Formats: sequence, structure tokens, C-alpha cells
Amino acid sequence: MNQLVEALHWVLSAEAWTGPGGLGARTAEHLWYTLIAVGLSVLVALPAGLIIGHTGRGRAVAVLSTGAARALPTLGLITLAALAVGIGLTAPMIAFVVLAVPSIIAGAYSGVEAVDRRVVDAARAQGLSPWQVLTTVEVPLGLRMILGGIRLATLQVIATATLAAYVGAGGLGRPLFLGLRNHDYAMMLGASLMVIAVAVLVDAMFVIAQRTLRRIPGIV
Amino acid sequence: MEWILANLPRILGLTADHLLLSLPAVAAAFLISLPVGRLADRLGRLREPLLGSVGLLYAIPSLPLFIVLPILIGTGVRDSLNVIVALTLFGLALMARSSADAFAAVSEDVRLAATAVGHSRWGGFLTVELPLAGPALLAGLRVVSVSTISMVSVSAVLGVTSLGSLFTDGFQRGIVPSIVAGIVMTVLLAVVVDLLLVALGRWIMPWQRPRIRAGAA
Repeated sequence: MNQLVEALHWVLSAEAWTGPGGLGARTAEHLWYTLIAVGLSVLVALPAGLIIGHTGRGRAVAVLSTGAARALPTLGLITLAALAVGIGLTAPMIAFVVLAVPSIIAGAYSGVEAVDRRVVDAARAQGLSPWQVLTTVEVPLGLRMILGGIRLATLQVIATATLAAYVGAGGLGRPLFLGLRNHDYAMMLGASLMVIAVAVLVDAMFVIAQRTLRRIPGIV
Repeated sequence: MEWILANLPRILGLTADHLLLSLPAVAAAFLISLPVGRLADRLGRLREPLLGSVGLLYAIPSLPLFIVLPILIGTGVRDSLNVIVALTLFGLALMARSSADAFAAVSEDVRLAATAVGHSRWGGFLTVELPLAGPALLAGLRVVSVSTISMVSVSAVLGVTSLGSLFTDGFQRGIVPSIVAGIVMTVLLAVVVDLLLVALGRWIMPWQRPRIRAGAA
């Protein structure tokens, strides 16, 4: 418990927050990486997932690849990418996207699939075009699961962003690995607590967003 | 390929280390999830708060938890027990909900019938509810086993030996085959354990071929 006090002491100290490598800057970096990676993944994966859910085509491939992606070890991906493209942000970014895309695809297609087929048929019977069925019926009704996939992907990226520092990128993993190397347990523990706080806060924001959506009529 | 053949004994040894870290965690997460899931199923309005707070554990990134946990349970950061407990918590975070859903799928009529034919609470749980919840429990267990096996390697950056050591060594010394071997072995291990779980399920539950949908996240 003493170590916990020391770690909190370090987190709250002025020196931990000052300079370009301070905790504030590292937290901003961590969130920035997450935003870019999730943004890129959503651009690629969301349309793919929606198309799979809407048409039912490619479903087997999607199920198989999301299952396989779960087995892929994060650290292995990051180190392999780092040896391939060198130290810096590119390697972790590749690993982030590889990890985030399957969760987003899975959330999107299962969200669309979970919409009652009778509702979809009714929409079609009323003369809605496939595009209208997708945008006015399937996406709003499946929105909570679609968002659930993005939430899972975001958490995976926040966790992986900690490991990015292992191959020379920034983020909150920096003070964590620095503490590990210098046997500075307070620094290592303090940085860990910061990562956990960031992850839990971001997750809470998603929970609130999902709850708010439920209150809007027409969205389930 | 040459590197892999030359280092085969080491790779197999690390695979064994990897299993010794992941299997206890998967087993513990499964066993703890049974009472938690059954309890949550019975709590009514408190079900969501309980499952939600257990599920919140999954939001915690693995590496920070490996470092924070020793403070709470008094182990060293490099202790394998430390890694096993952390992985158990992650497994539980996933498994508690599957387990609650599995018990929720057992119909109330069946429960009442079990009581009516004279089963005690425990007897009814063990001989009626558990077998009926079995296929859904197995589906959850498969997800937990795959994600645990994949997550173990993160502990290698702290110096705990597993297939993850092939990543840290390979990165530091610039040996690509080492990293590739680690990835391939991790995925292979996950697949083999998964197949074993399916086989085990067919053996324990011969009355029904499990209808499993492990794909959706």
C-alpha cells in the first residue's frame, strides 16, 4: 500500500506533468493515437460491416476472421510491424487498425442482423430502396450494437497504445516503460493508474452515449 | 524456417509455459463465473449493475493491471501467480455475462418441475440447470479461452516467460522468424484448445450437439 501512496504522490507531483514528456502531454498523445486509429478503422470497417449485415454476403468470412483476430497476440503484431517498418508510430498504428477493424465489423453486421426481419420486410414492402432500408431502418435500430463494436475497438486500441511505447512511440506507455527500465516502481505504477483511468473514463463515456441513444425515439 | 527448426525445443518449452499461465486462469474464470452468473440471473433489478461492474474489469488494459495487481494481492510483478490472477479477472469479466445469460435461458417451468419431482436446490442446480445451461456456457468459455491465450504474451514485457518472450527477444535482436513463430504458435494453441473444448463439450453433453455462435463479439 505504501507503494500506492508513492505512486499517487508521483502522479500528483508537478514534475510528472511538466515538459513535453509530462503526463498531460502523454495522455493527450494516448488519446490522439486512439482517435486516429479508431477513426481510420471506422472508415474501413463500418461500411464493410453494414454491407455484410444488409446483404448477408461475406458473413462466413467475417465471422471466421473476427474469431481469428481475437487469437492474434497484440505484442506480436506490434513487434513484427516495428521490425518491418521501423521504430515510430507507423508500426503501432498498423497493429491498432488490425485489432480494431474486426470488432467494428462484428458490431456492425450483428447490429444490422439483429433487426427484426419483419420490420425490414415491412419497410421494403412500403417501397423503400435498399439504401433507405439501411439508413432509416437497419442502422437506427441496430445503432446500440454498432456503437458497442466501436466501444470494444476503442478499448482495445487504448490498451494497445500502452504497448506502443515498447517500439518507440509515445503515449502513457512511455513513463510506464521508463519506470520499468529504471526500477522506478512509483513511476511505473502511477503511469499504469493513469492508463486505467483513461480507459475507464472513455468506456464510461460510451456507456452514457449508448444510454442516451436509447431515450431517442426510433433508436433502440 | 531454419531459425525455427534450430530453436524448436525452446519454442515448445515456451508453449508449455504459455499453457501453464493461461489454463489455470481460464479454469478459474469459468468456475467463478458459475455462482456469479447464477446469482446475477436471480437478482432481477440488480442483475445489470452486478454484470456491468464485473464487465468493467474488461475496460482495464492488461499491462497496467499486471503492474497494479501486485499492490492488491501482494505478489511480485514477475510472479506467474500475478499474471494468472489478472487473466482470471479478465476472463471473469467476459464469462460472467455469458454465464448469467446461460442460466437465464433455462426456463422457469423447468426449474419448478425439478423442484416438483423432489430435487433439492443443489440437486436441481447440478442435474437440471447446469446441463441445460451447458451449451451456452461452453460458447462463452471458448471466447474466454481464445482471448486469454492471446493476452498472456503481454506479460513478457515484464519478464514473465511465455510465447510472448519470442516477441520481446525477437524485437530486441531483430529476428523476424522469432516473432512470426510466436504469433503462429499462439494462434495454433488457441485453435487446439478450442477444438479440445468442443470435443470435451460433446463428450460431457452427448445429448445435444452444441449449437455454438462464438463469432459475434
